[in-house]
Order: sequence, then structure tokens, then C-alpha cells
Amino acid sequence: MIALLLRDLRLAIRAGGGFGLGLAFFLIVTVLVPFAVGPQSALLATIAPGVLWLGALLACLLSLDRLLALDWEDGSLDLLATAPLPLEAVVTIKALAHWITTGLPLVLAAPALGVLLNLPGPGYLWLVISLAAGTPALSVIGTFGAALTVGLKRGGLLLSLLVLPLYVPTLIFGAEVARRGAVGMDTATPLLMLVGISAGALALLPFASAAVLRVNLR
Amino acid sequence: MDLTVSDLTIARGGVPVLAGLGFVLEPGHALILRGPNGIGKTTLLRTIAGLQPPVSGRVTGAEDRIAYAAHADGIKPTLSVAENLRFWARVFGAGGIQPALEAFDLTALSGRPAGSLSAGQKRRLGLARLLVTGRPVWVLDEPTVSLDTRAVAMFADAIRAHLAWGGSALIATHIDLGLEAEVLDVSPFRADLAKTAGTDAFDEAFG
Repeated sequence: MIALLLRDLRLAIRAGGGFGLGLAFFLIVTVLVPFAVGPQSALLATIAPGVLWLGALLACLLSLDRLLALDWEDGSLDLLATAPLPLEAVVTIKALAHWITTGLPLVLAAPALGVLLNLPGPGYLWLVISLAAGTPALSVIGTFGAALTVGLKRGGLLLSLLVLPLYVPTLIFGAEVARRGAVGMDTATPLLMLVGISAGALALLPFASAAVLRVNLR
Repeated sequence: MDLTVSDLTIARGGVPVLAGLGFVLEPGHALILRGPNGIGKTTLLRTIAGLQPPVSGRVTGAEDRIAYAAHADGIKPTLSVAENLRFWARVFGAGGIQPALEAFDLTALSGRPAGSLSAGQKRRLGLARLLVTGRPVWVLDEPTVSLDTRAVAMFADAIRAHLAWGGSALIATHIDLGLEAEVLDVSPFRADLAKTAGTDAFDEAFG
């Protein structure tokens, strides 16, 4: 299992692996939004948590179609399915590798980019907490979508359409934690919901992903 | 432990292709599958490897004992030859990669990115993966594609060593590997479409 994780991380970092793609997209969104909104710092401060969360979510979505499709194309997925690793472990490791290469950099970069959007002072801590709690759910749900569409040519559009509705609860509660944190309100309720979504997705979806992957490999 | 296939019916895309197929593959033996294109050799091998369920019949002695090699080699172009092999060795929990590199004359290439290899060299890397799995039953689908005569001889030697060690091999191929192996022509097992699917459905719909 460690071998698979290390291989995926190494592949992501090597040339053409797509590491940094999500981060670059996140940077572009947060740099351009202030230009589009105009010089209204009060408005920017209001929308900052939502924009940061939306940017992070779309950045996660961007790299999903590579998650399993590359392994499908070169036959590794067939070979992994006949290896001693259970497919449930394979998809969990794949989701973890996706989170480390996409979700974690977003979490770490978010405070720096919050400055560009005039995020209020108390909001930084809650932004990082909410992203750290929510992005694992985005990776796990995304892996499920990738498993559903793995055999399809140009499955990226279908993947986005399937995954976006599943992302909505994470977005609502994640952005709510960041928004409440930024204005100094109590964040316990949305944060618990967000952690619950992540924990539930992490516990259940690998089994669903492995099941649809088995069907798709036939 | 034997690999036993009994009364197997398999389907590709919902259409039965082979029916009533059965054979026993003992340790130390190789079985070569022959048959025209489209007869279902790949489907048969995928079924035995557990990648798809059979329509009916049973495959025993395959669970966690199979090393499968398909048309695609599962090679990552940005990893080096040694990194590719080491990954599979670690996944299968088997030993070192040096014997596998030597068996397929890949030692000199071990530091090269796999993406820069020729088609034949990639195939050799794909076959070297079989040696690092430590699995007793090799299930091989057209393993000699894009290999030259010298590489085919290397491959035949690897198979012989594997059989001598007590392993077995099930190979779908059209060329003569020079192995002491039984040959099974799957053509007589072609599924009778009219009997297996057509008439019943027709009768239900229009009868």
C-alpha cells in the first residue's frame, strides 16, 4: 500500500504528472476575482470565504479525470486488480495521493491567497480548519466519480456532472465554517457537519468506488 | 495445486463467446491456447484472472495465485525501468528485481525512463514483471507481441525456469515458443448463439 502511495506521489511530481495544476488554478481564481469585483474591499471581505472555497473545490475537480484514467489506459488498473491489494485499498490510496498532491497544497496556500481577497483577520484560522476538514471529502467523492467514468473516452465532462452535485453539501458547510469564522460567529455546527461528511465519505465511498471499478473492469 | 476450469461459459459485451470449456493445468505444465481472432481467448484469460465473472461454470485454484499479463504492460513512462519493477515487486511482496532484470536483459536499461524504451523493450519490462510477482500461475495474453527472436528465446527460457520451479503457465499465442506444452484449440467451444440466447428471447417476445 505504501508502495502504491509512493508511486502515485512520484508520478505526480515528475514531469507531466499534473502536480501544481490545482494550485495554479486556485491562484488564478483568487487573483482574478478582486479585479472582476472592483475596488470594494468591504464586499470582497464578505465574499472571500465563499470564493476561496469555490476556488478550492474547482481546483480539486480539475485533476480528477487523471486519477484513475491514466492507470486504466496503460493497463495498470487490470494488474492492480489481480494484485494482492484489495481494490478498496487501491482506491483509498489513490484518493489519499490525490489529497496530498491537490488538497493539501490548497489548504496550505489558502491563507496567503486570503490576503488577496481581504479576508477578515479571524477568518484565516477557520479557513484553514474548514479546508483541512473538507478537502479529504472532495478527494474521496472525486475518486468515486473517477471510478464511475473510468472506461469512458473523454469521460471528464460526465465526471464533472456526476461529482458536482455530490460536492454541494461539502461546499455549503465548508464555506459556512469559513464565513462564520470570518465574522466571529460560532462555527461548531457547520464544522461538525463538515467533519461528518468527510468521515462518512471516507468510511463508505471506498467500498462503492471499488464495486463500480470491478464492474467497469469487465 | 491445479488450476481447474470446468464447464465454463464466458461472455464478451453480454454475448456468449465460449461455452462448455474445461481443462486442468497442473504445476510444472504449460498450456497454449489457440483459436482465431475474436473467438474469446482474451475474455477467457480475463475470466480466469478474476477480472470478469463467468456466465456459468467454475474456475478453481486461481484465487491469489495468478500473475496476469495483458496486451497493455502497465508501465509508467515517467518512472525508470527499475522503479517500475520495484513497484510491482513491493505490491506483490516478492523479492528483489535483479533476477528479473537479468532474465530479460534489462540491466543496462534499468536507469532509463520507461517512456524512452522501444516497443520490444517495454514488452520485456512487462514480462519481467511476472518474475517479481512470485505467483505460481502465469496467465499470458499474446506475450510475444513486438518481441524479436532473441527476446522470444529469453521469454521461453523464463517460462521453462518457471515450470521447473513448479509454476504453470497458460498462454494465448500464435507463434511456436519451442516449449514442451499441451495445445488447446478453443474453436470447438465456440458458443452456439442461436441455442444460448437468441431463440428463448425471440419466443418470449413474439411467441
